[in-house]
Amino acid sequence: MTTVDNQADAATGPGAGDVQQRLVAFLGSRTGGDWDLDRDLFASGAFSSLFSLELLQHVEQEFQVTVEGDDLTLDNFRTVPAITALVQRLRGDGAAGR
Amino acid sequence: MAATETAETGTPTDAAETAVRPAVKCLVWDLDNTLWRGTLLEHDELVLRPGVLETLKALDERGILQSVASRNEYDDAWAKLESLGVADYFVLPHIGWGRKSDAVRAVAEQLNFAQNTLAFIDDQHTERAEVAYHLPDVRCYDAPEAAGLPDLPDFTPTVTSDARRRRAMYQEKFRREAAQSEFNGPDEDFLRTLDMRMSIARADEGDLARVEELTLRTSQMNATGVHYSDADLRALLTDPDHEVLITTVEDRFGSHGAVGVVLLERQPGRWRLKLLATSCRVVNFGIGTQLLRWTADQATRAGVHLEADFRRTDRNRIMEVAYRFAGFNSKPCACQEDGREAAADAPADVQRLHLVPQRQAAPTTLTVTGPVLWSGDGTGKPWA
Repeated sequence: MTTVDNQADAATGPGAGDVQQRLVAFLGSRTGGDWDLDRDLFASGAFSSLFSLELLQHVEQEFQVTVEGDDLTLDNFRTVPAITALVQRLRGDGAAGR
Repeated sequence: MAATETAETGTPTDAAETAVRPAVKCLVWDLDNTLWRGTLLEHDELVLRPGVLETLKALDERGILQSVASRNEYDDAWAKLESLGVADYFVLPHIGWGRKSDAVRAVAEQLNFAQNTLAFIDDQHTERAEVAYHLPDVRCYDAPEAAGLPDLPDFTPTVTSDARRRRAMYQEKFRREAAQSEFNGPDEDFLRTLDMRMSIARADEGDLARVEELTLRTSQMNATGVHYSDADLRALLTDPDHEVLITTVEDRFGSHGAVGVVLLERQPGRWRLKLLATSCRVVNFGIGTQLLRWTADQATRAGVHLEADFRRTDRNRIMEVAYRFAGFNSKPCACQEDGREAAADAPADVQRLHLVPQRQAAPTTLTVTGPVLWSGDGTGKPWA
């Protein structure tokens, strides 16, 4: 589990802005509106596992990472910064190592 | 060319999953000289070929969907199907000038069915060869075989009360999706407009065929890929340590029928989720997520942990995501250290995912009722 500090570092590390931008664009197109950076994707509890899978597969393909096992948590996908931190960590270019 | 070009579908996973290939879930028909005798473009007098109507009816009653892949003008061909009185039997017709393999692939994708559950019938061997080349898992049949299809094991699934309504349920689903595409708000707002009601109930003997069918048909939303037979399930119904729960869903467009199964075993300190399977018809609605949340809520109130059997198949990653996003993880817990290893009836390579459950708020997008698992009250109570 990445600590909050590490997430913050990773979310501002090299390429983080690009990752965030692409995620915001994806979520905006998926929901037909502007996506607020800190909005909780799962707040309502109404999300389908199909959406979760679509999001996961999008992240994996878009950023060339594989998310497996205990990295596969709601918290890692809850907000754009959280996903960005996960991507940065899995790509090995964030502040936090594995 | 041999009369039968039935493509062999080697099951990609292990033999434990399915020793025989799965039953056909959708048959895609060519029209000219296959469904009807004659060629529409040549202004022939068209009549259904012998035995075709009987096959349409028989497969429909068994819950096997039927579609069309035909090279014709859409409006002309569909009008002819209507005048022959058979248009209602078909879902997602693909009538146009593209490749038949593209049509069959599109039908599979739109229905969310694996290609090895589709069949294709066409009098032209080149068309069958084209489909077989691009989609080797699709079973192909020649037109003269149409009348005999209902006699083949491939077209003999477990038939349930829901099966007879399956086509109607899919047609309702397509209307629902049309409503959704007209709706621009976030998904959850759309879901609320459906007036969806989910009922969870202890299965009785009359439900067993539907439960068995769900474990057979749900290759994506099935946590272990294990098939529980009628006899297996019957024994569990009367076992006080087991709960066999069946979920049905209705909305303003109609009933989705039985769409989910939960099989859990009460063990000291924990409930073991041996099976969670939900129909691909309802995957958009978060029904699997809500079933897991409801079960977690019940377990919290019972003061037990949850453990879930999960076995990766080549199609069920969505289930792993559902469990993981519900909070299940691979970290060991003291509740698992009671000397009970994975049960003897668990398949090999099964993972045991664990959750310390927490109270879950009832969803705002649908109403849910279910038995009170932790007090033994079997009547349906609102989730609150």
